[in-house]
Amino acid sequence: MAGVAVTSPGLSRLADPVVAANGLVVRRGGQVILDGLTFTIASGRVTGLLGPSGCGKTTLMRTLVGVQMVAAGEVKLLGRPTGDPRLRHCVGYATQDPAVYTDLTLAENLRYFGTVLGLARPRLADAAARTVAELSLGGLEDRLVGTFSGGQLARAGLAVALLGQPDLLVLDEPTVGLDPVLRRDLWAMFHRLAAAGTSLLVSSHVMDEAARCDDLLFMRQGRFLAMATPPEILARTGAADLESAFLTLASRSEPARP
Amino acid sequence: MTAATATAAAPVRWALTWATARRVLAQLRHDPRTITMMIAVPAVLMILLRYVLNNPVALNRFAPEFIGIFPLVVMFIVAAVTTQRERARGTLERLMAMPLGKLDLLLGYAIAFGLVACAQVGVVLAISLTWLGVQLPGSVAPLAVVAVLDALLGMSLGLFASAFARTEFQAVQFMPAFVLPQVLLCGIVVARDQMTPVLRWLSDVLPMSYAVDAMQHISTGAAWSSPVNTDIGVIIGFTVGALIGGALTLRRRTR
Repeated sequence: MAGVAVTSPGLSRLADPVVAANGLVVRRGGQVILDGLTFTIASGRVTGLLGPSGCGKTTLMRTLVGVQMVAAGEVKLLGRPTGDPRLRHCVGYATQDPAVYTDLTLAENLRYFGTVLGLARPRLADAAARTVAELSLGGLEDRLVGTFSGGQLARAGLAVALLGQPDLLVLDEPTVGLDPVLRRDLWAMFHRLAAAGTSLLVSSHVMDEAARCDDLLFMRQGRFLAMATPPEILARTGAADLESAFLTLASRSEPARP
Repeated sequence: MTAATATAAAPVRWALTWATARRVLAQLRHDPRTITMMIAVPAVLMILLRYVLNNPVALNRFAPEFIGIFPLVVMFIVAAVTTQRERARGTLERLMAMPLGKLDLLLGYAIAFGLVACAQVGVVLAISLTWLGVQLPGSVAPLAVVAVLDALLGMSLGLFASAFARTEFQAVQFMPAFVLPQVLLCGIVVARDQMTPVLRWLSDVLPMSYAVDAMQHISTGAAWSSPVNTDIGVIIGFTVGALIGGALTLRRRTR
């Protein structure tokens, strides 16, 4: 049997950007968190969202997955406005603190979230087995997630995000606090998924992860400092590494701010 | 706009509701101490009531009212804390980013806690009617039905109250804040027709008054009488209203 039925709007239009935003403004509690962002995220690539904590990364990710109100501007995901119920099947989201039920086993978590994603029984077992293997969680299926180590817990959170084979994966600081071997393996997996057609948006506040991304969004105080590939950013700033490039861009943007 | 219309248009999907109920029950199963307390606490309180009153006539009069109140209070706390935990741990946000309707979630909770309520009421009734020797003038069915409905009322009030709690600590505090005033005003401490007009009016708009009123009718022999049926209607109304309130306060998109 060759080919899988293309049901999601993303797979049929790989050339289009997966996300396109125009003048996106988000306010929370009277404060402007996202300050008129216009950007696109290319499909089938690993896009890094980098910036200091508190700069608006999580708010941007929450906006994309449709759980944050937009104050102005528009943001489209796979050609539909964010928050469109049809998009809920197409986006996988992993929050910074792994949002899984610690009082359930890994298998029970995957079964519940898989059912919510509409996976019927035989496909559900396949999807669970696939994500467990992908994140090297084999043998932990029947253990309570509350007994997991930090690294296992983080991977359990990612497993749920991967479960429905989404077109876009939105991962909020997925590698924070993980050991270097695990981090390397996860980045390898991100690129494997991108090669298979998934688009990924991965946030981090650690600049040494920036070099692992195909595209970069440098963010500071609710605005983008740069949107380009790592080599382009290095060439533009003349910096030796991406950390100094970020600092250069940040100091250049300073006078422009009120 | 789009999210709101979709929610309104989406019917309850029973597969997701049932999956949610199974998930909540699985969580309870992995926490045997909580489930033991949920089932045992109302029964132990009834045993205590029996020995505190130590008078069969008073027990026959008060037991049904307390059979209505104890499960309500326990359910309120469990539901408020469980939902608050779901918000605080981010699983609610994850579900809201997934194709799960708010009603799928709330009815899933209602089914799971409803089953627990049946077990809770079954145990408290069995102990009351056998060991403690509580005697009812009529059949046990209306008492059981009203007790389970009261527990469900406690659950839906707890779900609704949790929307106003930022922390689990606050959620627990809502029990004395929401429930204890109702205990004072529901007619157990002082008969409702002896209250001053303001208190009587307050008593009239609080759901527990109807729970206790139904039990008073049942304990004085009017099993399926029309006052009992009216009370049952009001209890169901409050339960559904609180669930709808819970759905409305459950925001898919935060401001």
